[in-house]
Amino acid sequence: MSPTTMVGALNAALRDSLRDDPDVHVLGEDVGALGGVFRVTDGLAAEFGAARCLDTPLAEAGILGTAIGMAMYGLRPVVEMQFDAFAYPAFEQLVSHVAKMRNRTGGRVGLPITIRVPYGGGVGGVEHHSDSSEAYYAHTPGLHVVTPATVADGYGLLRAAIASDDPVVFLEPKRLYWSADPPGGTEPAAGATSGAQDQVAPIGRAVVRRAGTSATLITYGPSLPICLAAAQAARADGLDLAVVDLRSLVPFDDETVCAAVRATGRAVVVHEASGFGGVGAEVAARIGEQCFHHLAAPVLRVTGYDIPYPPPMLEKHHLPSVDRVLDAVARLQWEQ
Amino acid sequence: MTLVDHSTSPDLVGPPHSHGPRRDAAPLLPDPEPVRVLGTEAAAAFDPELARDLHRRLVLARRFNQQATTLTRQGRLAVYPASTGQEACQVGAAMVLRPQDWLFPSYRDTLAVVARGVRPIDALTLMRGHAHCGYDPYEHRIAPLSTPLATQAAHAVGLAHAARLRAAANPAADEQLVALALVGDGGTSEGDFHEALNFAAVLRAPVVFLVQNNGYAISVPLARQSAAPTLAHKAVGYGMVGRLVDGNDALAVHQVLSDAVEHARSGRGPVLVEAITYRLDAHTNADDATRYRSAGEVEAWRARDPLTLLDAHLRAQGLLDDAGAAELARAAEELAGRIRAEFEAAPEPDPATLFTHVYAEPTSQLRAQAAELAARLADEADDPGDDPFHLDGDEFDSDNLTANDLTADGLAAGGVDDRGPDAGAGTTRGGAA
Ligand SMILES: Cc1ncc(C[n+]2csc(CCOP(=O)(O)OP(=O)(O)O)c2C)c(N)n1
Ligand SMILES: [Mg+2]
Repeated sequence: MSPTTMVGALNAALRDSLRDDPDVHVLGEDVGALGGVFRVTDGLAAEFGAARCLDTPLAEAGILGTAIGMAMYGLRPVVEMQFDAFAYPAFEQLVSHVAKMRNRTGGRVGLPITIRVPYGGGVGGVEHHSDSSEAYYAHTPGLHVVTPATVADGYGLLRAAIASDDPVVFLEPKRLYWSADPPGGTEPAAGATSGAQDQVAPIGRAVVRRAGTSATLITYGPSLPICLAAAQAARADGLDLAVVDLRSLVPFDDETVCAAVRATGRAVVVHEASGFGGVGAEVAARIGEQCFHHLAAPVLRVTGYDIPYPPPMLEKHHLPSVDRVLDAVARLQWEQ
Repeated sequence: MTLVDHSTSPDLVGPPHSHGPRRDAAPLLPDPEPVRVLGTEAAAAFDPELARDLHRRLVLARRFNQQATTLTRQGRLAVYPASTGQEACQVGAAMVLRPQDWLFPSYRDTLAVVARGVRPIDALTLMRGHAHCGYDPYEHRIAPLSTPLATQAAHAVGLAHAARLRAAANPAADEQLVALALVGDGGTSEGDFHEALNFAAVLRAPVVFLVQNNGYAISVPLARQSAAPTLAHKAVGYGMVGRLVDGNDALAVHQVLSDAVEHARSGRGPVLVEAITYRLDAHTNADDATRYRSAGEVEAWRARDPLTLLDAHLRAQGLLDDAGAAELARAAEELAGRIRAEFEAAPEPDPATLFTHVYAEPTSQLRAQAAELAARLADEADDPGDDPFHLDGDEFDSDNLTANDLTADGLAAGGVDDRGPDAGAGTTRGGAA
């Protein structure tokens, strides 16, 4: 039976990967008997044994460093970082070794490691439990960075990440863990490039979640439902908004993004991470470089503010909302 | 798969929540007096052939350090962190390993890499200024030199752990390998060192950690680095065996490391070995060691030069005479000459390789950037007087750029620029720059 939640899809992807490939090993904090604090590894230790779903000591650099050695020996480790902000101790291993090993061995040693990181806010978490850390990773050459926003992509992208011969930072939107797919998409859930719930989704391909003619919203991960809701709401104003789900921040799918922007001539990039130096800045720059003559207005961004992630009682002001997205759409110089 | 399931491990005493000691600390404790062979009764009993072999390698190793340092002065090496004075550790580390074993060196351990069989010119590739380590890690079973301190220690643990997992799944293919990780005294302060030792002990991974305690981390002396009784004592906190050895006594280093490696190989858990030694040269060719240590201190250690100590032993045992020494000196000069010749013949790196191994498959953006650099280099080659920053905007229509244009072929076909006159020459990640 196809899973109906992101957690279920991720769990199924791990289970299928463990079953299909004896080299796949899951390791992390509390991934064994507990099944992870979000239950993504639920039942895996019981089914595949403690060695293949390993409860490690509490040390993120040690976890990732150990995974590097395992990968050097030919295994395919899948590492769970317990929370976005608790992945930072592993940053040196990630940037100095995981991202660079292929290059610093002249292509001889690749590291097929998947690093799963629950990320993002909107879940009422206290400090250090709601960071959106994607820009740190996306800025590091040598890493692939993907983030699913639908149940099918939860499965398909994780299978693809585990199968990849390059390291993949796999960002899981905590906010979407327990939800079914967001309403409002007019394209088939997987669009032209990914299929049913049990299929691998290609890394490096964005997908048009909703076709539209007025303006294009470009988003990923936890902000996809906001954008789809905004597109629905905009219909009342006679606006037909397209919604692109990037899915893969690195490699970046210029082709899909640019085609979607050229089709409407207006674009808003939406993400929950702080705007300054964020992924949205990169997207806006790329659109400017490649679609300049098709644009009727500057590319706008709707992002989190440039502040430390706010506390639960205030986070709603920080997160992109339907209203903020629609406000940005309204500022796309329609009067001309 | 009981390998890592320590709930059933017999040597962990009592349930996990018991507050008493879960194992006896005494067998783990290092003898605070470093193990020595030279100058003791054990010296006469030491295998004479092995002693001569070690000596020969030490002579060559010393010459290697000198030659590499000279090459930095000639600008042929970007940098060289010499291991002069630490050759007994370097050679010992390589010699105690079997072919199936793995070595995880740090940036100061080029010599250990050469001692394990990598060609000098290859082992020095990184220091020459290339992007990669210069040898095939799988061919030699040596990880690339690691500069971020102590980070490589965890890799050794993971590799050794993986090997045991494979062996458990397929006993017939069990190669019982050991991973040897090299760390400096300063590196033991890093969190990664702690985490690696803890993981090794908990996973019971067949790893030996060799700390070459040369007294300094660049300028900072050990006293400011650690308040531990010895660095080997740190092992006890992880539940692993600690051993202390005179790192300038090549025979003792070989003996202690051999024992440690076989201890790990036999499944009895990891070992931490501290070798007390001294770096006779500066930290690197770029360092001025007179700012933080006295000439007297260096001279005192020169008297304990590992080569001098072993030389004296061999002569006292009648294992080396002047003719033998002269023959060794000739071999050392031959090595130095060979290194110089290899440097003469070494090719420059190809700029195209900057892009080839970032990913298994270059992204479209990287292909575009590679094409941009190639076009620029071709332009410069055609007309060296031309302003390399001038690109002709006429040829480019940004809106007709498709994914195909982002491939190398697409870009090579025509100039690509949509940046206007003030945009500068900086590269973006994107294909359109
Ligand atoms: C994580 C990290 N911090 C700082 C440095 C800069 N650095 C290079 S070598 C060195 C000293 C290392 O001392 P030690 O571990 O004793 O090794 P030794 O140089 O004596 O062989 C430092 C601080 C580094 N390479 N990595
Ligand atoms: Mg030192």
